[in-house]
Amino acid sequence: MTSPLDTGSLEQARRQAVRRKWLLSAPALTVLFLAASGPLLIVLVYSFLVAGNYGGVEWQLSGKAWFKVFFQKDIFDDTVSFADAHLTILWRSVRLSFMTTVTTLIFGFPTAYFIATRSPRSRNLWLFLITIPFWTNLLIRTFAIMEVIKAEGVINTVLGGLGLISAPIQMLYTDFAILVGMTYVYLPLMVLPLYASMEKLDFQLVEAAYDLYATRFQVLRRVIIPIVKPGLVAGSILVFIPSLGAFVTPRVLGGGKNMMLGNLIELQFGAGRNWPLGAALSIALLAIVMVVLLFYVRTVERGKSGERQ
Amino acid sequence: MAKTIPAIAVERVTKVFGAGASAVRALDDVSVTIRQNEFFTLLGPSGCGKTTLLRLIAGFDHPSAGTILLQGTDISHLPPYQRSVNTVFQSYALFPHMTVAQNIGFGLEMLGRPKVEVSETVAAMLKLVRMEELRDRRTDQISGGQQQRVALARALAPKPKVLLLDEPLSALDYKLRKEMQIELKRLQNETGITFIFVTHDQEEALTMSDRVAVMSQGKILQIGSPREIYDHPAERFVADFIGDTNFLAALVVSAEGRRAVLRLSSGSEVGADLPEGMAPGMVEGGKVTAAIRPEHATLMTGNGDLRGVLENIVYFGTDTHYHVRLSDDAAFVVRSQNLRDSAEAFQTGQPVEIVLKPDAVQVLRD
Amino acid sequence: MAARSTPAPFTLKRQTGFTAVALTCFVMLYAPIITLVIFSFNAGTTMAVWDGFSWRWYQAAWSNEAVQRAALRSLEIATVASISATILATMAALGTTRTQRFRGLTVIYAMIVQPLMVPEIVTAVALLIFFAMIKVATGVTGIFYLMIAHTAFCVPFAYLPIRARLEGMDLTLETAAADLYATPWMTFRRVTLPLMWPGILAGAMLAFVISLDDVVITEFVKSAGEDTLPTYMLGQIRRAITPEINAISTVLLGISVAVVSIFFLINRKNA
Repeated sequence: MTSPLDTGSLEQARRQAVRRKWLLSAPALTVLFLAASGPLLIVLVYSFLVAGNYGGVEWQLSGKAWFKVFFQKDIFDDTVSFADAHLTILWRSVRLSFMTTVTTLIFGFPTAYFIATRSPRSRNLWLFLITIPFWTNLLIRTFAIMEVIKAEGVINTVLGGLGLISAPIQMLYTDFAILVGMTYVYLPLMVLPLYASMEKLDFQLVEAAYDLYATRFQVLRRVIIPIVKPGLVAGSILVFIPSLGAFVTPRVLGGGKNMMLGNLIELQFGAGRNWPLGAALSIALLAIVMVVLLFYVRTVERGKSGERQ
Repeated sequence: MAKTIPAIAVERVTKVFGAGASAVRALDDVSVTIRQNEFFTLLGPSGCGKTTLLRLIAGFDHPSAGTILLQGTDISHLPPYQRSVNTVFQSYALFPHMTVAQNIGFGLEMLGRPKVEVSETVAAMLKLVRMEELRDRRTDQISGGQQQRVALARALAPKPKVLLLDEPLSALDYKLRKEMQIELKRLQNETGITFIFVTHDQEEALTMSDRVAVMSQGKILQIGSPREIYDHPAERFVADFIGDTNFLAALVVSAEGRRAVLRLSSGSEVGADLPEGMAPGMVEGGKVTAAIRPEHATLMTGNGDLRGVLENIVYFGTDTHYHVRLSDDAAFVVRSQNLRDSAEAFQTGQPVEIVLKPDAVQVLRD
Repeated sequence: MAARSTPAPFTLKRQTGFTAVALTCFVMLYAPIITLVIFSFNAGTTMAVWDGFSWRWYQAAWSNEAVQRAALRSLEIATVASISATILATMAALGTTRTQRFRGLTVIYAMIVQPLMVPEIVTAVALLIFFAMIKVATGVTGIFYLMIAHTAFCVPFAYLPIRARLEGMDLTLETAAADLYATPWMTFRRVTLPLMWPGILAGAMLAFVISLDDVVITEFVKSAGEDTLPTYMLGQIRRAITPEINAISTVLLGISVAVVSIFFLINRKNA
């Protein structure tokens, strides 16, 4: 007959340990709640308020801001129609973000593969080279691109000097410029997760595929890509989400006309003086991002439960 | 007559991990007394609970029930830094950011000993394990065998009352392991500290220990000197785990005190020892399993206690193993040393008889 | 008569065109930046025609009062933010790693890395509104708002390397220290902390660079005239572009490169 188990003191020790862990995390959580998560709730509240005359808000509940996100009222005859300007901007944002994801994928995949297939010694050097642009100022990189593609920039000067063009190509202040800028800025964000996946690739599987009569392209399509899919998905998310909320790049490269969602939001807090609308647009952006993230988590979970390709 | 206090007394200790349906009983009502200045070994296969028991003695976990006494004081719920017990870890756990000397002196530093005492003890320890030239090396720059000795010195430096060793030799190659076994025994003798040694290697346990506790599935099956364990295993598991054994089905004809008379499958009767805890009255007339070591049996052509057919002869250089199929279809192995000009030459397929050495048959508890 | 060349040996890892694209990418990544750096030394005023080598733009930036103030402010904020964020992140990492799952662990983790998941502009807007509310209510202004904003979004950047370092640590070492009479505090001071230190350093440096480079949140949260270097540059880009911006950019670039290099060196030594 065994003596009764002393679960009481063990349980108490465990609870004390958990309490200590909460205490350790508490300062960080407080700061983050005050200056990151908490304010988001305030944004949500603001989106239901009324715009003040000189900026700021008046504390009255109203759905007007949300209405303005999607619809507009004709000032003369009060007909309601879709808010064209907003929808154009939304469409531009989604379109450009998607295209950026695709271009970074096209350029990033071979780059990640290249780094992953270097010898272990030189691999570190290549990683270092791709990490540096990642840690340099976003503004600097955007500015650098601007300098290169503007009418008096390097590309046009060189092309003109070679006699290939008679007049400078207008690249700046177009959707194309924004696409180039975002691809340039977010390329490392696609390469790094892809590289992480590829580094773990067991090349014996590739050998096996060749042994079974696959061509290079088939090896790529049927063996390599499926295995590095997690990195692919992670990289796409890491590019798509920031692109969607981009502010600096479209502002510098797009001029005032080619606005993206980020610029539209900023407008409401500047000249537009419609803080509730800005708040509503921000929440809308956040909602889209959450949906994309949910989709990502779902895909990862499905992959983990051993789904066969 | 003054009774010496045991170094460690484990009283009815149970350890349960998890809860409810998935609870695991790593130790089940275990009791054992370890004497001062003893080299005591916990022996068993992985998962038997030996490491768990060691961790409870060291203080890295608390028993779910029962008490642990260190020289009479209850330490069951004391944190490890308040127990005068030190551990040599299986992975050595040397601090990589400190030199050999700093590692060895760490315990004394933590106890607040004056710097002079610390450096003197460190020097003495380095001499003890013969690592003086490496005192200022960083621990990730020395070999596995050297790391092991540093781990040993580090644990001995604070002069603990008990030293715990968690399979410290498992990562060493054969030759180094043999050297370290001798080394450990020497250290234990010189320092006079009680050693509690954990291993799954029965050969190690037999060669080094004063006493061995054989464990399986959270219980201690038998405690005794190496000779006792080997010659008189009380349970089937112990007999099987240590060395080679033959198992015989037998009928108890009569039993008295610690002896019994068994009738074997061949009809012959032999004398056997009864294990502790088996009263003569319990077994008289009943069926039991008996064990006998292969080297305690001799192969003959006639006049044996068992009859069978020789199936296989395996030559091992120093010995020869004879695999016999007995008349009741059981398997039996006879081991005989290859002395010069051993008289009889046997052949496979030949009917043979086996003589059992008297006093070598052991009745098993299960 | 030309001999038939032997076919190229089979290379397992080669894929058509990948190396070419990769190398092009590297060139394209660095070309604009290098152009930027080169033209910061341009004696002329454009960024397309080379007029000779000169330090003039660096001198101009150096003596520009607005630039001086912005630079100082950037450094102030980055120093305070990186130190604070690292301390917070270290504590949080100790509380969230190498532990059995307890209720709320996922929530804590989600809250800590949340700035990485939310688009920067949303956070910027949120902080703008929140701080505006507080300013109106209390009348308190000053650099404090920027510092706390920076600290908040720097925490995840400091947290991740520290956490990674902690998770790679051998748990037995702390058990061994306790076995050798070290109290929990002594174990932390003499074993855990020294071994964590490279991770903490890496986290602090990352946080510093992130704070130094931040544009969006700073732009929204700052009061008028409270420029940091990046917001100053953003303003200049809209108004008058001179190679002075190149000069400032090159300096910032230099700082980033230096920090990342140190980061890589530390990591390689402790791989």
